Amino acid sequence: MTVVNATSIEQALSALAANPQARLIQGGTDLMVEVNFNRTKVENVVSLRRVAELRRWHLDDETSMLRIGSGVPYAEMERAPLRDYVPALAEAARTVGSPQIRAAGSLGGNLGTCSPAGDGLPVLSALDAVVHLRSSAAARDVSVHDFMVGVKRNARQPHELIVAVSVPIVQGFQGYAKVGTRNAMVISAASACLVHDARAGTVRIALGAVAPTVVRARATEAWLATQTSLVGNPKVSDTLAREFGQRAAAECSPIDDHRSTADYRRHAISVLAQRLLLRAANESTATTKRGPQ
Amino acid sequence: MSNEFYTLRVNGMEHQVQDAWAGESLLYVLRERLGLPGTKGACEQGECGSCTVIMDGEAVCSCLVMAATAVEADIVTVEGLASDGEPTDVQQSFVNAGGVQCGFCTPGLIVAVHHLLDRNPAPSDLEIKEAISGNICRCTGYGRIFEAVRQARDTRAADISGGA
Repeated sequence: MTVVNATSIEQALSALAANPQARLIQGGTDLMVEVNFNRTKVENVVSLRRVAELRRWHLDDETSMLRIGSGVPYAEMERAPLRDYVPALAEAARTVGSPQIRAAGSLGGNLGTCSPAGDGLPVLSALDAVVHLRSSAAARDVSVHDFMVGVKRNARQPHELIVAVSVPIVQGFQGYAKVGTRNAMVISAASACLVHDARAGTVRIALGAVAPTVVRARATEAWLATQTSLVGNPKVSDTLAREFGQRAAAECSPIDDHRSTADYRRHAISVLAQRLLLRAANESTATTKRGPQ
Repeated sequence: MSNEFYTLRVNGMEHQVQDAWAGESLLYVLRERLGLPGTKGACEQGECGSCTVIMDGEAVCSCLVMAATAVEADIVTVEGLASDGEPTDVQQSFVNAGGVQCGFCTPGLIVAVHHLLDRNPAPSDLEIKEAISGNICRCTGYGRIFEAVRQARDTRAADISGGA
């Protein structure tokens, strides 16, 4: 087994070009569990730990797009200024593992592993994020919806590196909620991210851990837009929020497994979606002044 | 760039790691190859925090660090906290408060608490709980551990104000 400790994106790409079957490691919180328990045979590893470029983020003031390097740790997303730009991402980051895990884990790892329970993925889905991929020959951008293909399967080609992900700065409430068997250090049994775009007058909701990939409840989003005006502060009654939750739950396809049951997951989604919509209605006034104006 | 051997910088000293399988965790290399058994291994999947070390200023689970990728990093283990053979203030507060039963989680907690207080000398009770949320203890019920951290915090604050 060999390990290449890349110090630049170019070095990592040439190592990948030479050996497309190599496993990529950033924080190690997924791959090392497989290695420690002999669940995978790892022959070659390209480590991204020392690639400083992957740990940077950049806010484009003109396009209001935030580009987050694939190696930026969750700990940084919890703090200002990223917390203020993408509050839902901060909320999701705060639920990832422990402080030790959040110092190591990254969106690149979440996307690379592509578990339906990845905490960052519903946020990326609700924000219609773009995944930036590079190989030694080319660069391409893929919508996060197309990037997530199945359980632990994604659209990354073996010679490609996830270098960054871009999300828009959105004016309006955004939040993330998840349910597990306890309050901390837990992998989601079900999760949801809701983004209210107060200017465009849309609500987007993505559901995690309830299908092979993260699900966008698009029919529910479209239905909600016919029920109430979503420009500015949305007016949401308890009845409307309850039906919103029920409709969102109907759009997922959960399974029974060691973490939960399909029935419970469906119920959890209906509650999480309902709560997030009510939060959007109650907190929107306080949260529309974030990010660049 | 393949690693026939590699060098780790632990507690300020360079250690050459030779003839090691490249997939070994930092936890394993510290304990089995470098003779630093203070760092404990339990879950080996980042759940328990007993293997916590400080790497480039961040508290991380050494079981989830591939040791061969930790070259050029500054690694501090529980053995590297006390400089003069005496317990650190945090270690002493754990003794004073009785924050130790079987002791297996203690090194990881000590490292996590040092990391906390070095970054935030006056953490609130909630910040203390958050900072040690990744360190699991199955004996104490956390009451005395929590008290130990508060003592360490308050002692440092008193030292600072007393010395000013």
